Amino acid sequence: MQPTSHAFPENARAELGNETLQRALGLARTGFPLRRQQAIERLPEFEALREEGRAIKDHTLAHLDFYLELYERKVIEAGGQVHWARNAEEARAAVLGICRSVAAKTVTKGKSMVAEEIALNDYLEANGITPIETDLGEYIIQLRHEPPSHIIAPAIHLMKEQVADTFRAAHTDLDPTRVLDEPRTLCDEARTVLRPHFLDADVGITGANFLVAETGSSIIVTNEGNGDLTQTLPRVHIVITSIEKVVPTLEDTATLLRLLARSATGQEFSSYTTLSTGPRQPGDLDGPEQYHVVLLDNGRTGLLGGEFQDMLRCLRCSACLNHCPVYAAVGGHAYGWVYPGPMGAVLTPALVGVGEAGHLPNASTFCGKCESVCPVKIPLPKMMRHWREREFAERLAPPVYRSGLRLWAWLAQLYHALAETAGRVLGWAGQGRGRFRALPLAAGWTRVRDLPAPEGRSFQSLGAERQRRAGAGR
Amino acid sequence: MPEPARVALLVTCLVDLFRPTVGFAAVKLLEQAGCTVEVPRAQTCCGQPAYNSGDRADAKAVARQVIAAFAGYDYVVAPSGSCAGMVKLHYPELFADEPETLAKAEDLAARTRELISFLVDIRGMDRVTASWPRTVTYHDGCSGLRELGVKAQPRRLLASVEGVRVTELPGAEVCCGFGGTFCVKYPEISDKMVTDKAGEIAATGAETVLAGDLGCLLNIAGKLSRLGHRVETRHVAEVLAGMADDAPAIGEPRE
Repeated sequence: MQPTSHAFPENARAELGNETLQRALGLARTGFPLRRQQAIERLPEFEALREEGRAIKDHTLAHLDFYLELYERKVIEAGGQVHWARNAEEARAAVLGICRSVAAKTVTKGKSMVAEEIALNDYLEANGITPIETDLGEYIIQLRHEPPSHIIAPAIHLMKEQVADTFRAAHTDLDPTRVLDEPRTLCDEARTVLRPHFLDADVGITGANFLVAETGSSIIVTNEGNGDLTQTLPRVHIVITSIEKVVPTLEDTATLLRLLARSATGQEFSSYTTLSTGPRQPGDLDGPEQYHVVLLDNGRTGLLGGEFQDMLRCLRCSACLNHCPVYAAVGGHAYGWVYPGPMGAVLTPALVGVGEAGHLPNASTFCGKCESVCPVKIPLPKMMRHWREREFAERLAPPVYRSGLRLWAWLAQLYHALAETAGRVLGWAGQGRGRFRALPLAAGWTRVRDLPAPEGRSFQSLGAERQRRAGAGR
Repeated sequence: MPEPARVALLVTCLVDLFRPTVGFAAVKLLEQAGCTVEVPRAQTCCGQPAYNSGDRADAKAVARQVIAAFAGYDYVVAPSGSCAGMVKLHYPELFADEPETLAKAEDLAARTRELISFLVDIRGMDRVTASWPRTVTYHDGCSGLRELGVKAQPRRLLASVEGVRVTELPGAEVCCGFGGTFCVKYPEISDKMVTDKAGEIAATGAETVLAGDLGCLLNIAGKLSRLGHRVETRHVAEVLAGMADDAPAIGEPRE
């Protein structure tokens, strides 16, 4: 998808004024954090697990080449194939090549953020192949031609009435007078409509939450079971994922799974955790005839060994989004690309360029909540600050802002005389009401809130005066 | 009470400029805790605006002044989690590539504390002698809470204030939307955050909202008054030092 991250302030303004979105976000704001909190309270070793999770990912990233090659070897041993893709174009071409080799007409898709990253659906459609999203949220936004607004709850920006309207418009062969006012009814309708697609699809495409190097397995976790139907029913299963998903062993994966579900949805474990190792083996009752893994880099290796390497630990759990007050205010679409919230504010500049996505790491108060809930302790605020440093060094920050900062630094060094004068002037001017409703040089502040007036004299000058008086009285 | 300590007060620019009462309250509390307090005259800002804007060079220039001004004291104490956090956690990061200054920055970091946690955790203060017969609620500033672990300490001391009734604020740990330059760079988002915060504060029915950081307090006070809520806003040190009657609340006119 074409990023619109450069327009973040305008996007955000529009979303803040979107009453339906604000109602939808209002429901999400409390739900996820509360469920996560309850889940970790039931697991006393959660903090220790976070440390373990971080160590597993750090170790893997330090030996990424080794584990990726081991993983590839194990996939081949199990009868599968690995396709290395340096960028989105190569990944799309690999998927299309596999689909064409079996003359595929329709493909079913489990939820995959990497597929969103490479805009796979548009590409398949342009090449005459019909992709059908089978995750309920993804299915809804596919019908609406919208991008996801959240990495695990892609349609979180919608109210159920909007979903009902979308279904009525899309499912024209169903009774137009049917009642669609409950989530359960909507879910059942999607299930009925999707069922024949699962059976008819030539290829099933899923993402992966983890790739296990020692076994060559890919793992998906879902709550709908759609991923299982997507990957076991068609003749061909394609896993589209990125290189940092690899983990050394099944034991390590178990640790990360314990962190993932609790951090994401507050569940002990997701409803379905499905391992796929190669195609159908002799004696298997079901499973695909072909098993392919498309492994995307798309800029990730460029983060290794640098100040953004820690970002590659990300499990895509969405805890940082769910706890971010900025995400809660504007929703995911404002961020203008695939990955929103704090993880997106760090990842998006790396993947689409800081020139395009420079606003995202700036649109944070550095409240630190994201880092405090991250299951693998990614220092998200620190990395957002690193992006700001790059922007400053590359002169991407607006000139007015840059010169403002220079002026501030100069003033900070001449601090005393100025603080005293400014304080006295503002204190004198504001003493009648105690606050300013409008102040020409502080319009950014006073447009939305009053500016409390200073008391009048600075602490330092008052302190010095008190000392003099105490000295004189002695 | 522990041994006497020689403490330098890092006033912070916002307290110095907007609310000297907080500085005097801090001095009084520190003296009650058996400290000798000095206010190094050469202090300026801690450098956070530049640091968080990606301007390391200017942040370093300002930080060097702070490091020099606060050399030699037993402790450096700030009535702000944000500024104390800057010195304690971020100065060492800022000078990671300059070994000589790094040693000084780490030394300063080790001696630097946020006021209320210093009183409780280092000086063992468990009660104050103050009276404030009001219902209060408390907002946890982000840096103090998440960088320095300031949470129980202000509540513990508040509980000893005569007549005070503390009503917990739902969402007390959620950012108020100040965020330094954030509040003027993304005013609409900041407005949404502080509007929610002001609404939650008003809904507690408390007469006064307290916090330990003047940045948050100016933001919250400004929004409460813009929305017409009649809730007083004060720094927690003013109440703990028994000085809340010495000055009108933040943003309120003088008598």
